[in-house]
Amino acid sequence: MHPVTQWQDDERLPQPREDTAVHSGTSDEQVKTITLEAFADTIVPGEKRDPDDRAIAGVSTGGGAVQSGALEMLHHPATGITAGLESLVGMLNGHATAYAADKGITLDETVPPFVALEFDDRAALIKILTAPGHPEKSGWVLLALFCNMAFDSAAHISTHDAIAQGHPGLLTIGFELPQKDGLWRFKDYSYGRQFAKPHPDTTATGSPA
Amino acid sequence: MSTETTDVLIVGSGFGGAIAAYHLATGGAKVTVLERGPWLQAEDFDHDYLLGKSYTRAFDFVAGDGMSILSGNCVGGGSVVYFAALPRAPRFVFERQGSIGRRMWPAAIDRDTLDPWYDRVSSAIPVKQQTWDDISYAGGLWAAACDNAGRTANPVPVGIDNGKCTNCNWMMAGCKFDAKKSLLFNYLPGAVAAGAEIRPLHEVQRLERLDDGGYRVHYLHVDEEDYRITTGGGTIEAKIVILAAGAGATPVILQRSEAELGPMPHAVGRYFSGNGERLNTAIINEDRAREVLGLERGDGKAYEANQIGKGPVIASWDRLDGSLPEYRRYSLEQLYFPPGLGTILAQAPGADGPTWLGPAKKEMLRRWQSWLTIFQIVEDDNEGVFGPPPPTGNAYRISQQMLGRGPLSYDPTPNTLGAWAAADADVRDILERDGIATVLPWTNDLVGAYTVHPLSSCRIGDDPATSALDDRHELRGHPGIFVTDGSAVPAALTVNPALTISALAERAMPGIVAAAQARGIKVSYDGSLPDPATTKPLLRPGTVPLSA
Repeated sequence: MHPVTQWQDDERLPQPREDTAVHSGTSDEQVKTITLEAFADTIVPGEKRDPDDRAIAGVSTGGGAVQSGALEMLHHPATGITAGLESLVGMLNGHATAYAADKGITLDETVPPFVALEFDDRAALIKILTAPGHPEKSGWVLLALFCNMAFDSAAHISTHDAIAQGHPGLLTIGFELPQKDGLWRFKDYSYGRQFAKPHPDTTATGSPA
Repeated sequence: MSTETTDVLIVGSGFGGAIAAYHLATGGAKVTVLERGPWLQAEDFDHDYLLGKSYTRAFDFVAGDGMSILSGNCVGGGSVVYFAALPRAPRFVFERQGSIGRRMWPAAIDRDTLDPWYDRVSSAIPVKQQTWDDISYAGGLWAAACDNAGRTANPVPVGIDNGKCTNCNWMMAGCKFDAKKSLLFNYLPGAVAAGAEIRPLHEVQRLERLDDGGYRVHYLHVDEEDYRITTGGGTIEAKIVILAAGAGATPVILQRSEAELGPMPHAVGRYFSGNGERLNTAIINEDRAREVLGLERGDGKAYEANQIGKGPVIASWDRLDGSLPEYRRYSLEQLYFPPGLGTILAQAPGADGPTWLGPAKKEMLRRWQSWLTIFQIVEDDNEGVFGPPPPTGNAYRISQQMLGRGPLSYDPTPNTLGAWAAADADVRDILERDGIATVLPWTNDLVGAYTVHPLSSCRIGDDPATSALDDRHELRGHPGIFVTDGSAVPAALTVNPALTISALAERAMPGIVAAAQARGIKVSYDGSLPDPATTKPLLRPGTVPLSA
């Protein structure tokens, strides 16, 4: 089988995981998990893990940041943000409550306020929090950055493990497989044609004059 | 406790530090190089995005207010993690006035006077011209699009041995195949062979002046895995100090030293330039690339090759025209930006305008292999200013490696914004022509502008009011302290700056050797260069015995 074909085999996609599919709950840990998942899903959205999934808004097909391991990423000690997650969750839900009041939105009280927002409102709130001049901007940008990294580079796990596990993010971007020794080499890399004339003022050393 | 001494203490082992180390060590001086980052070599360069691999170990990403800096953090500095594009700066660059109303460069330096120094660096690295057979699919696509728009396009001179290159595009994590001719292959092994000592994981914090006119350099040991941790430190006394910690760090060390050294020149930590850099991401319409540009890889694909290659290989230099007004001259270079370090900043066309998140961005990510990244290098306005230094290093470190928050603020002026807008429009004109692509700039909202080539924060010049260094690279008012890194470059260069930084460092060496002699150091300048044909790569002590 051609490596790329093999890589795009949908059977290698992770299956829904019950332990992270928190739908509602009141414990601090459940609030933290579902709120962070909702944040991650707003950065790179995915499809619901089951019909009752409240964290994932379900505005996209295939895996998003949550399925790609955003929660594992945020809890990786190398990121430096793990200790601040609880505070960020509290602040995010506080902002969501204020946002909802401002917009006249009635929130479902069985889930944390940010989770209760529709996707477009979650995205609008995150854009407000990450806009230049917002006093808390740095924290929200960091949170978004690591959620995105979980999806586009799986930086919380070895890239080779990610590939072996069918990491949804790397799969979605079509990341090519390495060779058998785990290294990337591309034998075919060039059209081998001159496509344009060089600038007339190019020097003998190949630089601008 | 005995006092450790050396003749010349060099802070940083990137271009500015390595070139200085080579000439002073081969000239006979005792040279000690303190490098903040780890000492890595081929077997350490990973094809792995996992936090803690070379992709984060060798980098420093410092977010500022309006500007973020990505730079090297290892022995060899930026040369280990860069894309090895090494063009010379065009002639008009040296005549730039910026916003100060007079020429920013010292009268002694223009393209003609710098060319012999460019020649020397080009020979030592060595810099090679690429043939069209070397050009990656992404470079070919950009060249074809330029030609379709009636433009020219140039293969970029590079410091790469294309015979060894696998086009893996992992070169920002260090080259696994020894194809990239970083400083680990030329100046640094030459310096070590001549007796220079390199100490990795030594972060210089501040300088103190001694009664004899020398300097005491204070450093901290940085933990090899968690850079947030320092484990003790020490001092070394030197007759001469050469700062080459990079434009994001050199001014911070000087600011922190001000209490003991006395007032710094006004330009220390001011006039920072991000080299006018800005990125655009195009999503290529594969059908139009085939129909309009005639692209065909031979496997049924027209392009879909974002991942394949070796960074920037083709540049459009049509706007490097000295007859155009300042802030309208720039190069447009095809580039590869790997996942993890900037994908979040790429913008997708959304219902309410460009967006960096959400379903529209997800759809854009599905097309990642059809991305083409275009690197704009415009003339900015040297508007960056460093605030008070953090307690240690050049940033408040957040993550174990790489990520920190620094004191730089950058509020782009209308000149810079106008230059970026003109370049954005030009990229659109080339790539959206005939439906080849849709293209948008990266957002500046999240981390500000984003530079991989910080410059000018401690610059040379003739005017003491607007330059920190004289044209010999000596810090004004502080004899015996020299700066030879990118912070010495007066302004944005409109091209990749590594060769210019290096040429300026080469040019400064005879003067620094003379200053060393005047301070009683037995050293001479013979103008020798490392021979790339015979120089063996630098290896960590313990890997193989180093030359005595």
